[in-house]
Amino acid sequence: MKKSFGDRPILRGVDLDVHRSETVVVLGKSGTGKSVLTKTVVGLLRVDEGTVHVLGQEVGSLTVRQLDALRVRIGYSFQHSALYDSMTIAENVAFPLVMNDKRVSRGEVADRVDAALESVGLLHAKPQMPAELSGGQQKRVGIARALILEPEVMLYDEPTAGLDPLTCGEINDLIVQVRETHHTSAIVITHDLASAKHVGDRVAMLIDGRILGGGTFDELFAMDHPQVRSFYAYNFTDEASP
Amino acid sequence: MPAAASRAVITPAVDRFAVGVYDFASFTARFFVELVRPPWHPRAFVEQCMEIGVRSLPLISLTAFVVGFVFTTQSRPSLASFGASSWLPSLITIAIVRALAPLVTALICSGRVGSHIGAELGSMRVTEQIDAMEVSAINPFKYLVFTRTLATTFMIPTLTMFSGIVAMTGSFLNVAAHERTSLPAYVWDGFDQISFLDLWSLLVRAVVFGFTIGIISCYQGYHASGGTRGVGRAANAAVVLSMFAIFIEEALIVQVIGALRGD
Repeated sequence: MKKSFGDRPILRGVDLDVHRSETVVVLGKSGTGKSVLTKTVVGLLRVDEGTVHVLGQEVGSLTVRQLDALRVRIGYSFQHSALYDSMTIAENVAFPLVMNDKRVSRGEVADRVDAALESVGLLHAKPQMPAELSGGQQKRVGIARALILEPEVMLYDEPTAGLDPLTCGEINDLIVQVRETHHTSAIVITHDLASAKHVGDRVAMLIDGRILGGGTFDELFAMDHPQVRSFYAYNFTDEASP
Repeated sequence: MPAAASRAVITPAVDRFAVGVYDFASFTARFFVELVRPPWHPRAFVEQCMEIGVRSLPLISLTAFVVGFVFTTQSRPSLASFGASSWLPSLITIAIVRALAPLVTALICSGRVGSHIGAELGSMRVTEQIDAMEVSAINPFKYLVFTRTLATTFMIPTLTMFSGIVAMTGSFLNVAAHERTSLPAYVWDGFDQISFLDLWSLLVRAVVFGFTIGIISCYQGYHASGGTRGVGRAANAAVVLSMFAIFIEEALIVQVIGALRGD
């Protein structure tokens, strides 16, 4: 698929498959259109050419109601968490559930919020406001909020960006745990190679609006491509590429 | 018109303006579509009524009281020079009902409420909170724009009635102190010249101004871009454009009411 903004092409022909219960990492430097890719998957942006199929449905051909029904099955973790800053952490996590299922009882909402926050290790943060949490904690709440509707697909937009190495490790472990517990398929957008190696079953790289690779981490970085090698060299300065 | 000449007329600025007008018209039309389509989010609507209405009360009260009191003080010498001080209640009531209450309330609210909505939605847009609603299958237009615009459309008429009463209270205290007029006499004299059309036009004005403030402020905030500068621009544009629209609407409504009254 292709996507341009005005006369500036961003995605020039992306071809990518993600299978069930599989995590595919898309690497790429800033401004290459990685976030645009995930936004087309969830229908926030429409592609100019080509199609996006999610869970057997073509996103571009869906009505508003059908798209909403599909979105309930997709969890989206935003780069900057995008927590509702006027709500507490518990309200943030409960919000998608309460708004999408009017029949759900208060008790069930509370139980599911507790379970989601417990799965990311932040049950104690329920009454706090987003501004009172660290960046890593906010990312975890964002993931808990995405999980509350029990999605089949998870999209992680730069889940470790701007975090210290220890917190990055915790987020990576959480992404793996989510896949193992919920059996979700996932696309992880990142420029963090350690994260890619840790969470990805397959790794692709977005270069000049096209996907390169799509095999294992080692297969991608065995390729003789100048941008792939420089990406690796920057992240692992002491190691030769695999 | 030759092709070259038509290209010269439709400059990028004209094009942007036309697209902007179309976008705003679509945005406004969507409000009316959502008006008849559930869910209506009553809790969010009540929260916005509290924010827009109750929290505006102190500023509206102070302004209305000062306007009523000062307008009475300033009008007295002119009327006294004609020996017509007894017309003060009537003059002040006409001024408050026909112009001051709706206009002053709308202008105060376009500053307080418009900037609040513009900045709040703008901030939600640039921090992807609106996108987060959308990907959670929540209609952000319905939850954010519809509830706020409906709240301004309900609360600004309420605030206008309130400010009219407070302005008349300020005026009455002034008149009572100087002319020794009783409250029943003041009210009787004041409303003697007020017709049903005046009250009806007061309500129409307030509803139109309330809707204008809500929809313009939401539009500016909802379409904010460019980080914190974008939020600032959205808040600023919400206030300036709301005020501008209110003045134009006031001028048009005055003409229509004047024609209905046979002026």
